[in-house]
Amino acid sequence: MPPSETQPRFRSRSRWGHFSVQQAPLLLSFAILAGTFGVYVGLFVANQHHFLTPFEGQSIVNTALPLVFAAVGQSIVVLTRGIDLSVGGVMALTNTIVASNMHASTGSMVAWSLIGLVIGAGAGLVNGCLIAFGRLQPILVTLATLSIYTGLAIKVLPEPGGAIPVEYTKYMANVNGPWGLIYVAGLLLVWFVFRRTPFGVAVYAIGNDQAAARASGIKVRPAKVGVYVFAGTLYSAGALFFSATTLGGDATAFDPFILTSIAAVVLGGISFFGGRGSAVGAVAGAFALTLVTPLLFQANVNQLYTDAFQGLFLVLAVVLAGLVGRLVSARA
Amino acid sequence: MTERPVQTILDGTEPRTSRAIEASGVSKHFGGVQALRSASFSADFGEVHALVGENGAGKSTMIKILSAVLAPDEGTVRVKGDEVSLASPLEARRLGVGTVFQELTLLPWMTVAENLLLGNEPLSRTRLIRRRQLPARADEILAGYGVEGIDPLELVASLPLAQRQTIEIVRTLLRDPEILFLDEPTSALGEREVEWLFGLVRDLRERGRCIIFTSHRWGEVVNIADRITVFRNGEFVTTREHMDEAEAVTLMTGRTIERMYPELPRPAQDAEVALDVRDLRGARVDGVSFQVRRGEILGVGGLAGQGQRDLFMTLFAARRPSGGEISVGGKRVRLRNPHDAIDARLGIALVPEDRKSEGLMLPLSVRDNLSLVVLSRVSAGGIVRRLLENRMVWRMVERLQIRTRRVAVQEVGTLSGGNQQKVLIGRWLLAEPDIMLLYDITRGVDVGTKHDIYQLMVDLIREGKALLFYSSDTEEMAHVCHRVLIMREGRIAGELAGDEIDAERLVAAALKEHAAV
Repeated sequence: MPPSETQPRFRSRSRWGHFSVQQAPLLLSFAILAGTFGVYVGLFVANQHHFLTPFEGQSIVNTALPLVFAAVGQSIVVLTRGIDLSVGGVMALTNTIVASNMHASTGSMVAWSLIGLVIGAGAGLVNGCLIAFGRLQPILVTLATLSIYTGLAIKVLPEPGGAIPVEYTKYMANVNGPWGLIYVAGLLLVWFVFRRTPFGVAVYAIGNDQAAARASGIKVRPAKVGVYVFAGTLYSAGALFFSATTLGGDATAFDPFILTSIAAVVLGGISFFGGRGSAVGAVAGAFALTLVTPLLFQANVNQLYTDAFQGLFLVLAVVLAGLVGRLVSARA
Repeated sequence: MTERPVQTILDGTEPRTSRAIEASGVSKHFGGVQALRSASFSADFGEVHALVGENGAGKSTMIKILSAVLAPDEGTVRVKGDEVSLASPLEARRLGVGTVFQELTLLPWMTVAENLLLGNEPLSRTRLIRRRQLPARADEILAGYGVEGIDPLELVASLPLAQRQTIEIVRTLLRDPEILFLDEPTSALGEREVEWLFGLVRDLRERGRCIIFTSHRWGEVVNIADRITVFRNGEFVTTREHMDEAEAVTLMTGRTIERMYPELPRPAQDAEVALDVRDLRGARVDGVSFQVRRGEILGVGGLAGQGQRDLFMTLFAARRPSGGEISVGGKRVRLRNPHDAIDARLGIALVPEDRKSEGLMLPLSVRDNLSLVVLSRVSAGGIVRRLLENRMVWRMVERLQIRTRRVAVQEVGTLSGGNQQKVLIGRWLLAEPDIMLLYDITRGVDVGTKHDIYQLMVDLIREGKALLFYSSDTEEMAHVCHRVLIMREGRIAGELAGDEIDAERLVAAALKEHAAV
């Protein structure tokens, strides 16, 4: 079998064609983000008669950052056909421990940030080991550990309190402009690298078909543990950003992240059956979800209805995704 | 590819080729089912060895044990002369064993390139995968194996089965195994792909490799095997160099089958037109017109993947047509979904080929699978009347000779492939359709069951049913159809009828029409 150099390469469609068909949900998540942002800016300009100022920019980005990190962590779990409900507990535990210990010195801030990340990794390690070696359902394991981690957080900080030094905010959530986008860029870089590692390949392969992945020589269990550790670390990073903007600790403040991180994954076009989608979509989804609150404010809707509107937004997005999916498969 | 010379052959001290792999006294049971009973098997380097037997004879189990996917209950396995106890497929692979399993192990939502290069991706100096290089590398690999017409950027899930099987084979060959198992590699392949595969297999044999394959198509076995081993009911029967088909069938089934294909009764001259299709259009169906009369078997032939499947799906209303007319029993009908098609007044049933993904619910019982479509007929007020249901189910089990003792508890997944297929056919027979669309229903089915199915088809046309038939086995197509339409790119490109139908003409017609494009 001589490999022929002159073999004409068969392509059923162009590279971009393949990308647009295979990544239609990802493209849609960006369309949704663009649409939401457009409506928000439109309402803002109509109300305020000027364009967004750096204040609005930093406000949106800093509010979005915790969810962005949590959503990317959740994405990686969902890509392996799992789900992680413990995200709220991991974030609460990180937040309360850091808020109870951090001082205004650089050394303390760096050290406690790193400790925070280690806490997330450790919590993820417990999840991962139970799921991979205990052969338990991710939803059951993380439901249980959610309670455990939240319980520990309440033990650390029974009432909202603690203190995060104001200096920390300067680094993590610069108030003079949307500089937090640098962290988003960093996160995307991490994702980009992850996708190009054997670990990244393993994550997708496991989500596609665990048995086939194993038959192809992928070490499924270590990869799964790695997934939850990675995810836990990202949740903690999200919790650090949250701490920096709220300047305190609160064990009960993180429950909403369970649902919103999953919602961001859905908006990002990641399949709940695993193996399909990109965390880049979840980043877009997290921003779109975050924009709903200021958008409703500009539209003069009572803040009490925010949750309901976020839900409605989600349903609309999913319906839209279904329609686009059908259109694409009809064209393909 | 790295060349690993097989020493024992090359140094010439060995008069014959040497033993590659050997199993002796191997037993394996699953629950109460004894899949292998102290079975033995051996194959040598430099030979193509066919392992034949009915579904459930233990061929796949033996292959899985020799590839270390399953551990034997007892018995020993020797690879290249050394007794081994293989703990994982990975370990078997290190010893030079490569296996193409019946169930594909591709990752559906990853691209062809990602699948081919899984675990062997091109890396940059920073040890990161160079994703942009994947398609070009995959192109090289595919071209190296003479595979054309597969886009490495395509998702595996969107490829037709034959191409998926091709990728699976290439992926296994890439590791350059010394001992290659191919478990029913051809059941998903078309004529040309089978030729391609056999070309590769002959090449491997010349290079001193050991190839073991299973197939239910006797023509293929005779074509390529140097030796044939027969298994029956989990036991080794014999290994021989020569065997004729009748002898093989007797050894495999334990019964003598006079003639494989039945005598087809001709449809009555004035038989009513059961199904009249005019200018049907839809996805990959392009202006198809034909009629089938009661008592007639109409074949839909042509090369694999020319829209036959799409035509069947459209007729069953699993796909929506974009134009054209369908008349059933002389009356024009509009089908919106399969439920309409099954409806007693129209009575169109589709028996699909992929019994695992499109038909049976493997964890459910034989009874639940059989009665699924007709539950409403044995229900009163939304409650299933078990007594009626059981009676109906048992009648079908007896009629089709489905080998099961406890219809209400035995999971369909534990039946052998042939019996699973019978359950699927039985389900649709219970719906008492007038028109049955039989899509490759004998694929991966053993010779005894095939014989039963042909006999059943004859019974059905005697009852006045009209059958539309597609098979990936051209020989079979030639023997069980009154007429055969040749499909090409969604169109009817020709028709053969009566005595002019034989396998060679069918292939010639399919190829000729293809070449004319």
